[in-house]
Amino acid sequence: MPELVLQLTRAGFLLLLWLFVVAALRVVRSDLFVASGLRASLPMSRRGARAARDRTPRQLVVTAGGLAGTRISLDGRPILIGRADDSTLVLDDDYASTRHARIGLQGGDWFLEDLGSTNGTYLDRAKVTGPTRVPLGVPIRIGKTVIELRS
Amino acid sequence: MVTPVPTQDPGAQPGSVPPTKRGLELIMLAFAAIVVTTALVLVELNQPQGVTRSVLYDGAAYLALFGAAHVAVRWFAPYADPLILPCVALLNGLGLVMIHRLDLADGASAASVGDPVPAGNLPHQIAWTTFGLALFVAVLALVRDHRMLARYGYTCGLVGLAALALPGLLPSAVSEVNGAKIWLRLGGLTIQPGEFAKILIMIFVAAFLVTKRDLFTTAGRKVLGMELPRARDLAPLLAAWGISLGVLVLEKDLGTSLLFFGIVLVLIYVATERAAWLVIGLIFFLGGATVSDMIFKHVQQRVTAWINPFSDYDGAGYQMAQSLFGLGTGGVFGTGLGAGRPDLVPEAHTDFITAAIGEELGFVGLAAVLLTYLLVVMRGMRAALTVRDTFGKLLAAGLAFAIGLEVFIVVGGVTKLIPLTGLTAPFLAYGGSSLLANYILVALLLRISHAARSPAASAAPRKPVAPLAEAHTEMVQRP
Repeated sequence: MPELVLQLTRAGFLLLLWLFVVAALRVVRSDLFVASGLRASLPMSRRGARAARDRTPRQLVVTAGGLAGTRISLDGRPILIGRADDSTLVLDDDYASTRHARIGLQGGDWFLEDLGSTNGTYLDRAKVTGPTRVPLGVPIRIGKTVIELRS
Repeated sequence: MVTPVPTQDPGAQPGSVPPTKRGLELIMLAFAAIVVTTALVLVELNQPQGVTRSVLYDGAAYLALFGAAHVAVRWFAPYADPLILPCVALLNGLGLVMIHRLDLADGASAASVGDPVPAGNLPHQIAWTTFGLALFVAVLALVRDHRMLARYGYTCGLVGLAALALPGLLPSAVSEVNGAKIWLRLGGLTIQPGEFAKILIMIFVAAFLVTKRDLFTTAGRKVLGMELPRARDLAPLLAAWGISLGVLVLEKDLGTSLLFFGIVLVLIYVATERAAWLVIGLIFFLGGATVSDMIFKHVQQRVTAWINPFSDYDGAGYQMAQSLFGLGTGGVFGTGLGAGRPDLVPEAHTDFITAAIGEELGFVGLAAVLLTYLLVVMRGMRAALTVRDTFGKLLAAGLAFAIGLEVFIVVGGVTKLIPLTGLTAPFLAYGGSSLLANYILVALLLRISHAARSPAASAAPRKPVAPLAEAHTEMVQRP
């Protein structure tokens, strides 16, 4: 085989091999954003959402505790809070129970429910006993962690 | 150019089905088939007889084989990771091409001295690949939920240990090949039970750690800012250490010993998130390594051949030295497929296949191959991160790490970074047991990544919970 062809095919094959790797890396990039444990999620349907926008809670924000600054977008699915690693918000807080509390949507409102935790869940200053409606911006206290709903 | 599109997020859109990405897998598989066929064409081009039409059939057969595996994935694990299978296919294909190329070289050198041309290793390896893919499909079909494996944890552990220990305890006539007692000769077949034991033991350790993990996080004394575990919690790690030393002594196999200890250590680390375990493990490892270097002759030989292969060029250091010459000849861009002399390295088709690739494809090509391995490991780790149950997390992390560690040990040995061990590069190298075991491993990894990505597991809205007093009895699944 002529030397020139040999050289060309040699370089060409390496190029092809790397193209495969690059193509694979592009796939990796396209779903990098899902890898984190917190499920981020997406805006609700555009229609009719605008009117309700300012009063509907759309985010759950951790304002104090180890996870301060964490935000979870609300998309209608219930949020489980606790130390269990299948919780939506996994707390690393010595005062929290494995399955501590649940925040779920009923009708148009979000309700907070204590799941039999040891140290209790507080909505503002009041201890939560049954499902309690959570208004916007009112702090929910679980151990050292403080969470609130925001629009 | 980098525009994250959040709507691609699988599992985030309530009501709509997240993409399975199987089409992507098929495209990548076709791409892998093109790369492998091109490699085959280049090898043939560099041979005196030139290219024949049969190359195309080989390429098509390869695509058909992996296409079948793809269909099985579509059927049994539609949400599995789309990258793992194509990467594995590429590695396996490149391995086949390289083995074919070495067969040609062996044939040519036999012909030049007038010996009959040897049969070659390629037909065997193709048979093993086919069988491996069949096992892959079987595992996907049988293990419909990886969590069921946790129930057989202790059984797996027992069988795994027995398989690991068996060749060491049997007489050398049955189990010894080239100094390492890791084989079982059954009629004409030789298998390496250690390769399968690796997976079984990982299942056991993962299941064991899920139930006992609180024990490992109980803090003991605090030394230098690190919380050390209590002395009695060290027992499982000590057991793993003892077993891997036993493997080293009885079976004279550094690689399996190192792999086994590494896997157990990393699983404990992943389960507890305590860096202290890694430090303790490294101390154990260094202790064991130093002592065995002082006592055992086969370890000393390896270490001497590692530190200076050229001091005994015609003896123990020959293989290593040839490998280094090969890598040096390849340089950055390699000699071109089929244009080098990788057959000068003894055992080029098994332990030293990465040296052969390094010679013909150069640093650039070998780096691409290593990146492909890294991609498989990375996707496995990603499955471990996203899957919701602890057993799945541990198992996926262990499986992915095992591939990474194995590649590190092999390539480290071939490039003289660490002493040579006798493990083979997963999927690339010639060897039935390794290929079969690694296909089982990949099937399990795909099964777990299916669980991690499928909407049923991660995004199904929970049913409204009835107050306890009114609730009916229901079946619940432990995560």
